[in-house]
Amino acid sequence: MRTWLTAFGTGGLFGFGLAWSGMTNPARVLAFLDITGDFDPTLALVMAGALAVTFPAFAWILKRPRPLLAPAFRLPTATRIDGPLIGGAALFGLGWGLAGLCPGPAVAGLVTGAPPVLLFCAAMLAGQWLAGRLSGPR
Amino acid sequence: MIAPDWSGGLGGGAVLGLAATLALALDGRIAGISGILGGVFTTPGDRPWRLAFLLGLPAGAGLYSVLAGGLPQQLAASPAVLVVAGLLVGAGTRLGSGCTSGHGICGLARRSPRSLAATATFMGVAMATVFVFRHVLP
Repeated sequence: MRTWLTAFGTGGLFGFGLAWSGMTNPARVLAFLDITGDFDPTLALVMAGALAVTFPAFAWILKRPRPLLAPAFRLPTATRIDGPLIGGAALFGLGWGLAGLCPGPAVAGLVTGAPPVLLFCAAMLAGQWLAGRLSGPR
Repeated sequence: MIAPDWSGGLGGGAVLGLAATLALALDGRIAGISGILGGVFTTPGDRPWRLAFLLGLPAGAGLYSVLAGGLPQQLAASPAVLVVAGLLVGAGTRLGSGCTSGHGICGLARRSPRSLAATATFMGVAMATVFVFRHVLP
């Protein structure tokens, strides 16, 4: 029950931040990516605002032996910069540039009930499943 | 250039950073949306935490929408493009082990070289994609 509540709370805060920052609007994201056109720098401010919090906070938290409500931290263990990382990031960048939606804003954006966002999310799940089938379990 | 949204960008970004910080400090988790979404199907033991977090995203965006009197969501892509983009985003984030939140907000804060490489790659490819589709092909 307690983890359920903290998960909903942190997810809710994350969704609120995405909406307030304008990142749930694909047009705004595409305007950031359009550096030679009508460039909108807001996404850079979002990253700066987020990293201003996480950069010092993560360093401080990860010095502690464990999180407050769980037995251990669950952190990625891979360290190599390899083909799947760069190839996957490139495929993601291509899809992101096509529609202006990445996973967080797509899921948060479901709140409007707009069918195009639902379609994108369904395709995104299918893409994850397909890649999982092709590359084996993580 | 379009005037950036200073308060929404920095404020919303700081809220995203706070949400990612709480996920790590309380539950020991990385607030990477593609990873949380993908794990719903691959790690059943975790499902309640993941689903609660994912439900929080539209709930938080909805709360913002109520307070702000609406949630702009301009999505110009056709259904066919949305499906292709969704498949690419899903497959790419699975292969590349993360998206804008996991690599961009959390990974950079952990000073992860993998996340820096991934973030530079998907940002660069997304900008190149927008350049090609807005300024070269039309």
